[in-house]
Amino acid sequence: MARSITYREAINEALEQEMERDPRVIVMGEDNAGGEGSPGEMDAWGGVLGVTKGLYGKFPGRVMDTPISESAFIGAAIGAATGGLRPVAELMFIDFMGVCFDQIFNQAAKFRYMFGGKAVTPVVIRTMWGAGLRAAAQHSQSLLPVFTHIPGLKVAAPSNAYDAKGLMISAIRDDDPVIFAEHKLLYDTAAEVPQESYTIPFGEANIVREGSDVTIVAIGRMVGMAAQAADELAGSGIQAEIIDPRTTSPLDTDTILESVENTGRLVVVDESNPRCSLACDIGAMVAQEAFGSLRAPIRMVTGPHTPVPFSDALEDLFIPDAAKIAGAVKKAVDYGG
Amino acid sequence: MADERILRITMPKWGLSMKTGKIIEWFVEEGSTISTGDDLADIDTDKIAGTLESTVDGLLRRIVAPADSELPIGATLAVVAPAEVPDSEIDAVVAEALAEVESGALEAEAEPEPQSVEVAGRTISYLTLGAETEAEPVVLVHGYGGDKNSWLFVQQPLAEHRPVHALDLPGHGASSKDVGDGSLSLLADTVVGFLDGVGIERAHLVGHSLGGAVVAAAAKAAPEKVASLTLLAPAGFGGRPNAGYLRGFAAATSRRELKPLLGDLFADPGLVTRQLVDDLLRYKRLDGVPEALRTLLGTLLTEAGEQAIDTPGLLAGVEAPVTVVWGREDKILPLPEGKVEQVDAGHMLHMEAANDILRLIPL
Amino acid sequence: MTGTLPTTVTQELGPDALLTAYRTMRTVREFEERVHKEFAGGDIPGFVHLYAGEEASAAGVCMHLDDRDAIASTHRGHGHCIAKGVDVGGMMAEIYGKATGSCKGKGGSMHIADLSKGMLGANGIVGGGPPLICGRALAAKQQGSGGVAVAFFGDGASNQGTTLESLNLASIWNLPAIFVAENNGYAETTSSTWSVATDDIADRAAAFGMPGVIVDGFDFFAVHEAAGEAVARAREGGGPTLIEVKFTRYFGHFEGDQQLYRGDEVAHARENLDCLKRFRTRVTEAGQLTNEQLDGVDTEVAEFIDQAVTEAKAAPKPGPDQLLTDVYVAY
Repeated sequence: MARSITYREAINEALEQEMERDPRVIVMGEDNAGGEGSPGEMDAWGGVLGVTKGLYGKFPGRVMDTPISESAFIGAAIGAATGGLRPVAELMFIDFMGVCFDQIFNQAAKFRYMFGGKAVTPVVIRTMWGAGLRAAAQHSQSLLPVFTHIPGLKVAAPSNAYDAKGLMISAIRDDDPVIFAEHKLLYDTAAEVPQESYTIPFGEANIVREGSDVTIVAIGRMVGMAAQAADELAGSGIQAEIIDPRTTSPLDTDTILESVENTGRLVVVDESNPRCSLACDIGAMVAQEAFGSLRAPIRMVTGPHTPVPFSDALEDLFIPDAAKIAGAVKKAVDYGG
Repeated sequence: MADERILRITMPKWGLSMKTGKIIEWFVEEGSTISTGDDLADIDTDKIAGTLESTVDGLLRRIVAPADSELPIGATLAVVAPAEVPDSEIDAVVAEALAEVESGALEAEAEPEPQSVEVAGRTISYLTLGAETEAEPVVLVHGYGGDKNSWLFVQQPLAEHRPVHALDLPGHGASSKDVGDGSLSLLADTVVGFLDGVGIERAHLVGHSLGGAVVAAAAKAAPEKVASLTLLAPAGFGGRPNAGYLRGFAAATSRRELKPLLGDLFADPGLVTRQLVDDLLRYKRLDGVPEALRTLLGTLLTEAGEQAIDTPGLLAGVEAPVTVVWGREDKILPLPEGKVEQVDAGHMLHMEAANDILRLIPL
Repeated sequence: MTGTLPTTVTQELGPDALLTAYRTMRTVREFEERVHKEFAGGDIPGFVHLYAGEEASAAGVCMHLDDRDAIASTHRGHGHCIAKGVDVGGMMAEIYGKATGSCKGKGGSMHIADLSKGMLGANGIVGGGPPLICGRALAAKQQGSGGVAVAFFGDGASNQGTTLESLNLASIWNLPAIFVAENNGYAETTSSTWSVATDDIADRAAAFGMPGVIVDGFDFFAVHEAAGEAVARAREGGGPTLIEVKFTRYFGHFEGDQQLYRGDEVAHARENLDCLKRFRTRVTEAGQLTNEQLDGVDTEVAEFIDQAVTEAKAAPKPGPDQLLTDVYVAY
């Protein structure tokens, strides 16, 4: 019968199946095997949260530990991609983009355009994002908007195990550089995932739930929060439609606009900081393209304009939750009436 | 304490993935006298809505599950008993039924697992329901883009008296996605090979759409294996097919492309649920499926958009009884001239008019 | 392991190879002198950083490379491009921002690239190239192609974390990589004697467990020999090398630089150290080539560059439709 595996297992399976299918695929990152040069066992970790565990033994020479030297190895993955490999490099936490961003946004993202369309850079940069692990300000950010801003990059942010596998396989087969953002609080969530390989096209949103009263666009872990809110709202007779863009670049604007044309209301949920966020981006797009359909002001539910705090008492306040989403929906639904 | 005069009407199981059903509307009320075959209620599943028919005769004493309630398979929906059974006994049965749902005992039911068999180097997935009996088994063959789960309203009832096997053709469901040249003979050989592989000497073959042409070709290739043929809106009966649907289905990669097409499958386009669209998209995203569907499209359609298969020609020498059934509102393959059984349904007649189909299969 | 190689010809180069080396250096010189002149005339947009004076480095290293091999360059990239075989007409057109340019006019002087030639691009980011070269070397190693990858970078980039991280990574992964530090004495206006903490950039090789050598960058033969050893070692699985090439640039950081920070080293170098002059003296005195042969190259190259400029000036600019293309392979 249908098989249920976790988000972590789904990504691991995607990597394994693609490495099996295509000898050009290699995996590298800090502790991606774990234990290189150490006296104990190899494949000790499989990445800090175990996503690449088990691949080292299956693909000799193709799963590489790296020094803590993100500029060099992220850049090396990008360089190797121009040289005929299809590397999947792990930037452990998205927060660490600060120490290697040049290689991503000035090199990988720009090659194709500034070299007149002659470069192909099929690199995938896997990275963990999101708050909720009590990991504080430098290990909890949701920096997707920064990558989404950059032409030449694609950005995927799966919200569940099924999407994680299909999007990862698409990312590896994609000829453009892809930032593959894995929400660290979703690793243990499970869903029905086919054993067979499959691809989910980039730029195709998932309509998670249909409803006629309000459109909720949510990303990553916030999709589950929005679903919780929608369940609560259904009790008050409010039918919410939930759209998970799945990739923020490209963004499936058509699905979002069609939904807003039906519901007349939009709530965008993004755990990033609010300024220049995906919430702003999607909100502005809808305001520009579907103003006539809107029956209420667009509402954004985001983290505040602060770093992510450590103490659970504060971090739980930072992260948008179902109550905040439901509150925003009610404001939208009650507007003017 | 069980009184044999008290009969329960329970939530049916329509297809493997169905876990619960939701009562949409009752067509009978407490105090009605009901007979076998009467429409009792419309029930919605996450796949599709269907009509529950009575399998008993008697006085409907109590409706346990009101409209809008969602209940697991096997849950008691209503109680039938002669008038002389006292209300107190009925109350006891209802209380027991509610307790059973409350306890969650119904949800733990073990499900039959699909199996697989190798046929000519391909893995063919199939689901068998029903125990071995004296009766010859039934083999169900789905249409283009379908799979073994499309028999959800048909397989379980047929399996009450015999084994019923629903298989996935190559390129479909959980079978190998390689379809070779995709020819009708390859598909028919797969069905014959399947019969050999699972040790079936002779079977009633039921095929829908492309599967109808496939079982006809299988009957021509191996007539000794076929007890009867039931062809549901089979491909290859002339008439100009809905090439726009078929080509669009093969090409669609997104929900926005696929969903509008699927309405053509049913007399009632409202039957196209989110889940149906999602399941088809999940299938179409599997490696090898787009190629398989493109190849099979060439088996179904000529370049000019005419039917490429001649099913009546295949049936010419077949001696087994043949039943052809069509939905009057088929928007994919038009109702042919001549004598065919007709039911109130669209192309997916085994979903929309399952109860009629069950009566028409010559068992 | 740091040392200075003798500037003698230890590796036999036949007349054809010598002519090729001279033609490469002369082409770079002529290209740069001409761009200098045209820039002053106001015809060339944006930033242009000229390589004149440094020709022996690009030519001496790239003569050891073939199509398996990749190089990454710097903002001062014209010489590396020419030495790696990028089409000179396309380069000139690119500098003019024309549709016929190497990058369709979308890159300009700082981003000339030809991946089909293993030229990963001039690079506007100081220190941008070395990590990429680790990747190209890794790819060559994984593919077993026998290829090597060369990062050219300046004294400025020698202080960048990317460069230092790449030296470490190349060493621990034992990559077929060569790091060529072109020390022309200045990072923009800042002297490398001040900005580099060690006496020589090559000293840093020891910190990363690889050989480091210093060569006279005005001497083609010295560069050629050092690079030959490094390339051979890399091809054989012996790992990376750091080569420091010392010279000075003949022009400013970029065109328009008044060079108020400089002494009189350019006049001295042009007169006494120039790579083309020394090459000519060496090969004619050794009887390997004649002055007439070399003069013939000079004439041919001058005509060639003149034609490249004429064609670049006449070429069309990219059309408006080009604004939105080439961002992605597919989006």
